[in-house]
Amino acid sequence: MIEGSLWRKWVFYYIPLLLFIVVLLFPFYWMIITSVRPDGELYRPWNSVNYQPFWTNKPTWEHFTYLFEETNFGRWMINTMFIAATSTLISLFCGVLAGYALARLNFPWAGSLGTLIFITYLVPQTLLFIPLAEIIRDFKLGDTPWSLILTYPTFLIPFCTWLMMGYFKAIPKELEECARIDGASRWKAMLFIIIPVALPGILSAGIIAFTLSWNEFIYALVFLSSPDEKTVAVGVTSELIRGDVFFWGSLMAGALLGSVPVAIVYSFFVEHYVSGLTGSVKG
Amino acid sequence: MAVTAVSTAGARKPPPRLRKLEDERWLAAVLLAPTAVLLGLFIAYPFFEGVMLSLSSAKVGDPGQFVGLANFAKLWDDNIFWTSVWNTFWYTGVTTVFKLGLGLWLAMLLNRHFKGKAIVRAFILLPFIIPTVLSTFAWKWMFDPTFSVINWSLFKLGLIHMRINWLGDPSLAMDSIMVVNIWRGVPFFAISLLAGLQTISPELNEAAAIDGARPWARFWYVTWPLLLPVTMVVMLFSVIQTFADFQLVYVMTGGGPANATHLFATYAYQIGIVSGLLSQGAAVSLAMFPFLFVIVVVQLLYIRRVETR
Repeated sequence: MIEGSLWRKWVFYYIPLLLFIVVLLFPFYWMIITSVRPDGELYRPWNSVNYQPFWTNKPTWEHFTYLFEETNFGRWMINTMFIAATSTLISLFCGVLAGYALARLNFPWAGSLGTLIFITYLVPQTLLFIPLAEIIRDFKLGDTPWSLILTYPTFLIPFCTWLMMGYFKAIPKELEECARIDGASRWKAMLFIIIPVALPGILSAGIIAFTLSWNEFIYALVFLSSPDEKTVAVGVTSELIRGDVFFWGSLMAGALLGSVPVAIVYSFFVEHYVSGLTGSVKG
Repeated sequence: MAVTAVSTAGARKPPPRLRKLEDERWLAAVLLAPTAVLLGLFIAYPFFEGVMLSLSSAKVGDPGQFVGLANFAKLWDDNIFWTSVWNTFWYTGVTTVFKLGLGLWLAMLLNRHFKGKAIVRAFILLPFIIPTVLSTFAWKWMFDPTFSVINWSLFKLGLIHMRINWLGDPSLAMDSIMVVNIWRGVPFFAISLLAGLQTISPELNEAAAIDGARPWARFWYVTWPLLLPVTMVVMLFSVIQTFADFQLVYVMTGGGPANATHLFATYAYQIGIVSGLLSQGAAVSLAMFPFLFVIVVVQLLYIRRVETR
């Protein structure tokens, strides 16, 4: 797109790209450096002489040990992992079946049901959290992981269904017909022929659903109250801030560790993640 | 049809329960049932409950009674509510413009071959992947009034002489929050638009170049119109998410200073959960619905027009 001399390439291309990368990644660098910086260095005003923001000569693990010894951080990680994994599995199960039905079966109302799912896809969590909190209490689910495992699918299923519809529609009808001619029932053709072919799509949907439920905040904030039941995001917000006092070192250590599982899943499946993301946008 | 009739006769007969699933309508009903139950129970029913709640005088521990539109009438006279309405629109409008502009720019930068492109793309998406609450804490720490690295950098560059109180100053707090929202949203725009750009054949651009079109004209008359359908869908998702945002404001300012940075969602939380006035909180978040509805309908109509053009 940009032709011409080297300096033009630098001005129009490399420098803007570098700036983007630096700005987009700097907060993560800041997170890491803060989490290993001793308190004495941390709480040094920005305009003091010996303020050296970008490096520390005395790295320390004290914030991480505080996290594990003084708070329930390990417990929060396990809770979040369990909730994210279970709600992802439930949503995949529902979404794959519903996506198959909406994309490949002929039945009355198929079109309007598809639209209905798309509309629920657009319902933000913040619209319904207050009545939902009441319902969770009525169902006696308050302060248990099940309050989240059962409500996260409300935003994960529409997403999975929508994504899977796209994948199922792309599979040629003949594939299924061949199986049926060979004597497979509709049910078996779906289970053993079509769903295996759509496996990359299922993987994409699963990864994105996992990151979405790991990321969820307002339901977890409202539905959970005891320190033992909290998820990472809620635990870090409520237990590492006492009134006006922020435990910044441990906060950043917690933020860092709380991001690791998502980052690992993401790094292993970048291509699937991106294709799922862009697939959901193409709709 | 004849083929399937022969083949099913030849095959082993499935048990009667499974035979019903041969009928597409039955199979569809079975496959859709789990989804219908979960969405009905946790979206349709709460929506109905929310409407009922907003028409009552319920508080925590007090079921209350039917009061008609009293809660909404109260909101009409509530200055903080109108501030949050204005904030929400301003927040959504400004950040969307920036996210689209910067995202498109980044997508164009990435839409060419260079060494390490895959790694750059993977890293660029990080702000979007990492749990929002956690990354927002990093920003809150960067914006800290006394320990701010941003103040330090601006001071060293000679751009400021006094500290800037990013989150404590009502007129600056909203801008600071918008910066974080843009930071988080740009990668999503960039990666989605990049996928859109890659479907546009380079030959079209080359043909236009041969006809003498300058780069700007090529973008405006070739790339942009072809990218428009993807752009509109990306905008639809982003606008809804931004309009209903909660986490950023909750972490950065909690709606303060002096209620200056509330959005619909944080104000609903403040009233409904923190103060325990359930009915009024439900009314605040339901007030978001008509706006969302209009935004969605307008965007969907526009998308349909763009796609059929």
